Amino acid sequence: MPNDTPRPAAGTGLADRLPSFLFPRLSGTALTGIFIAIFLMGFLIFPVLQVIYVAFIDPRSGGLTLQNFADFFGTSLFRESFANSFYVSAMSVVVATVIALPLAYITTRFNFGGSALIQSLGFIPLIMPPFVGAVAMSLIFGKNGTINLMLRDTFGFTIPFMEGLNGVILVQSIHYFPFILINLSASLRNIDRSMEEAAQNLGSSGLRMFRRIVFPLAMPGYIAGAVLVFIKVFDDLGTPLLLNVNNMLAPQAYLRITSVGISDPMGYVISVILVAFSILSLWASFLVMRGKDYATVQKGGGGLAKRDLSTREKVLAYGAVIFILLLVLSPHIGLMLLSFSTIWSFAPLPDGYTWANYVRMWEGSQQYITNTLLYAGLAALGDVILGTAIAYIVLRTGIAGRKWLDYMATAALAVPGVVLGIGYLRTFQSVEVPFLDKPMAQWWVIIAIALMIRRLPYALRACMAALQQVSVALEEAAESLGATKSRTIRRVVVPLMTGGILAGFVTSFATAAVELSATIMLVSSSKDSPLAYGIYLFMQTPSGRGAGAALGIIAVIIVGLGMYLSQLIIERDKKLKTSGTGH
Amino acid sequence: MKTKMLGIEIDDLHLAFGQTKVLTGVNLTIKPGEFFAFLGPSGSGKSTLLRSIAGFGPRPQGAIRIGGKDVVDLPPWKRNVGMVFQSYALWPHMSVRENVAFGLRERKVPGADIARRVDEALDLVGLKHLADRMPNQLSGGQQQRIALARTVVIEPQVLLLDEPLSNLDASLRVQMRRELLTLQRKLGLTTIFVTHDQEEANTTSDRMAVLDGGVIQQVGSPQDLYDRPANLFVARFLGTANILEGTVETEGGRARFRTKTGDSLSLPDGVGAAGKNIVLRPQNITIQREASRDALVGTVAHREFLGGQIRYLVTSGGSEIVVDQSHRSGRDWFEPGATVHLLANTENAVVL
Repeated sequence: MPNDTPRPAAGTGLADRLPSFLFPRLSGTALTGIFIAIFLMGFLIFPVLQVIYVAFIDPRSGGLTLQNFADFFGTSLFRESFANSFYVSAMSVVVATVIALPLAYITTRFNFGGSALIQSLGFIPLIMPPFVGAVAMSLIFGKNGTINLMLRDTFGFTIPFMEGLNGVILVQSIHYFPFILINLSASLRNIDRSMEEAAQNLGSSGLRMFRRIVFPLAMPGYIAGAVLVFIKVFDDLGTPLLLNVNNMLAPQAYLRITSVGISDPMGYVISVILVAFSILSLWASFLVMRGKDYATVQKGGGGLAKRDLSTREKVLAYGAVIFILLLVLSPHIGLMLLSFSTIWSFAPLPDGYTWANYVRMWEGSQQYITNTLLYAGLAALGDVILGTAIAYIVLRTGIAGRKWLDYMATAALAVPGVVLGIGYLRTFQSVEVPFLDKPMAQWWVIIAIALMIRRLPYALRACMAALQQVSVALEEAAESLGATKSRTIRRVVVPLMTGGILAGFVTSFATAAVELSATIMLVSSSKDSPLAYGIYLFMQTPSGRGAGAALGIIAVIIVGLGMYLSQLIIERDKKLKTSGTGH
Repeated sequence: MKTKMLGIEIDDLHLAFGQTKVLTGVNLTIKPGEFFAFLGPSGSGKSTLLRSIAGFGPRPQGAIRIGGKDVVDLPPWKRNVGMVFQSYALWPHMSVRENVAFGLRERKVPGADIARRVDEALDLVGLKHLADRMPNQLSGGQQQRIALARTVVIEPQVLLLDEPLSNLDASLRVQMRRELLTLQRKLGLTTIFVTHDQEEANTTSDRMAVLDGGVIQQVGSPQDLYDRPANLFVARFLGTANILEGTVETEGGRARFRTKTGDSLSLPDGVGAAGKNIVLRPQNITIQREASRDALVGTVAHREFLGGQIRYLVTSGGSEIVVDQSHRSGRDWFEPGATVHLLANTENAVVL
């Protein structure tokens, strides 16, 4: 693992011979911190501020104005888009809750054989970029999809699962419900058994107890998951775009910028609204959850008591779980079928099966795959380097303002991909890349940087967690034995963090590989396109769908393998650390 | 608050977690209004026994009768048995008042009555002024009292306390155990107190049961159990005991205990003759320089100054004997390595 911390000044450099007020002595870590701060300012803060600024500027006169916002709300299409985005996000939370709540409840409250199934299969949706599944979902749930064809043949009616906004809601909630499942299950598991027993002891039981004691205690976890789902759906561009639902905010921003042009203020106004909503939702959830850290599990005490199920309940539980899992896995199943199909149209299942799509995909998209490996690899590498450095500076040094590095990096969470893309276009269109004679906004490296900024908050959390597990005493021991700060970091701290850093790298890589929102804005030629954009292009034509699905399968495999690998690394690392302590 | 005085009878109770037997053949009668302690090391089954009275854990075999009525088949919420949890289990999302009112709400008590009874209960534990706080704003001792108020407010048939003092610091523990006893006397509520701390059991309980390995070893008042332990486990578990192996012999019409190492100790009349062990409490042994009849010869191996007492560890004939001498300033000490003679006061000795 390379380390970007410069060694301390050698002592005979130029700086020593100049007056010290010109070159204040800074430690290696402080210099690193300053470098990172400048980088984040340049590639995150400034572009976003630029977007916000443009939204308040009159495009003709150049003066500050609220006219753009007035125009926005004065246009019925935008008002409708705004309402649609809000409605779709809220409904996705509702549907995701309906999917996640029974799964979380069954796994945490009962001795249920299917729990392991839920634990593993329940997270599979996350390994598929939602827009990839969208087309497959249309084939299964669409107007002429498998389900509706069968319904029409047997019962003579159809259900508009995929009509307009419904489709977006269905795809998004199936994709994002694991956020609620993970958080809610964790919360439920963190409730001490005595919380429930005390209630029973005082005369409460059943649903009433669930409503008065168990659910309120699990509320923080639920809200954390629900807010995440809301924001993700509100900001998402790929899914509505692929489902051809354009009357939502993110697609409108994309369409305005790509069709009307970079100087059209509406894209910027939408960006401001997206950012504001992200921040507002996070802030509201913070207000609701303040002072509500309900983790009540005691040392030695177990979580909630698990009950055995009667045979009838078991059948019911398995039925519910299998139904939900089938629903949740339908994009994968559909995608798989589509990728092997000759023709799949107006039929419950494909007409025939073939390898041809894979051959075609391979011939047409090697460039996409190499690009993806390059961009996502660079982004992930940058993420863990920045993440490790920021984690170290924040947790282990007393440098003034160190918290701001953390805040800045984490702020990327509230910046939708579309907004970052627009910001980069606006900011770097006028910056020439030296020797290449083209604007930076059209250089492929900017895509890698965008991916890196987008994934940085997650990588940073992974690095911080890894660093927190390295005792300060280990570092002090090295220093007391004569190692300098930078040698200690390189020889003791970073090696001990390896597991966490590696896991962060793999996760960043896998998720960056399928990111569409930011990249779709920044791809300037198909030669520079990554995989996600390739899928998007394939899916634009009915004849390209098979190959697009095949490419989608590649994407799923990359992300799935990545997630599996990172899990493996974390597990192995954990085992290594616990066996080392001699328990 | 109304006073109910109900007794508890436990009849041949067996309980297992899967294949592991946790309670075996427990028989116990707790009198109405009694303050009763379950004392035992961890894993002895004392908490499991308490929890089965409250209705938690697997269904046991046998009977648990509260006021004559078998409750084994009742779910916890129908037993009307008050339990204070080791962790207090105050619900963090409810204020103190809401916590205390919970049980009354579940019983559909009218609102005005709830308010009055909650106030009474909070008054009882002296924390009425904290009614609107949230649990995480309270100290450990306050949380404990709120947990107690929340339990007694429903006027339970009996009160169960699961290691209620173990999460408090030492000085507060002493204060709280007095308060618990005062409260229990005031309410006259039949109370069971689970603890692994013999001092807590000794100072609070009218009677106690010592448990080990899921079996009740002995039941009686604290003094009874200390003075007349029924077996070696109880003798060792309560206080410090020197246990010497040997046999009871009769010499000139009087019983004597001959230790394995050949020393002989006189025994009072009426001591059980069958035992192979004599239990001597450290404070019943005198340590002296001079030899005398019936004295054991030994060497001081170790000395600890405990304040009021000096504790000597004396090696005598291959066994180590603990001797406590009360400390008075000016009196000289026996140095480690010194040869000493131990004179046992066997008047209250127990042979097991």
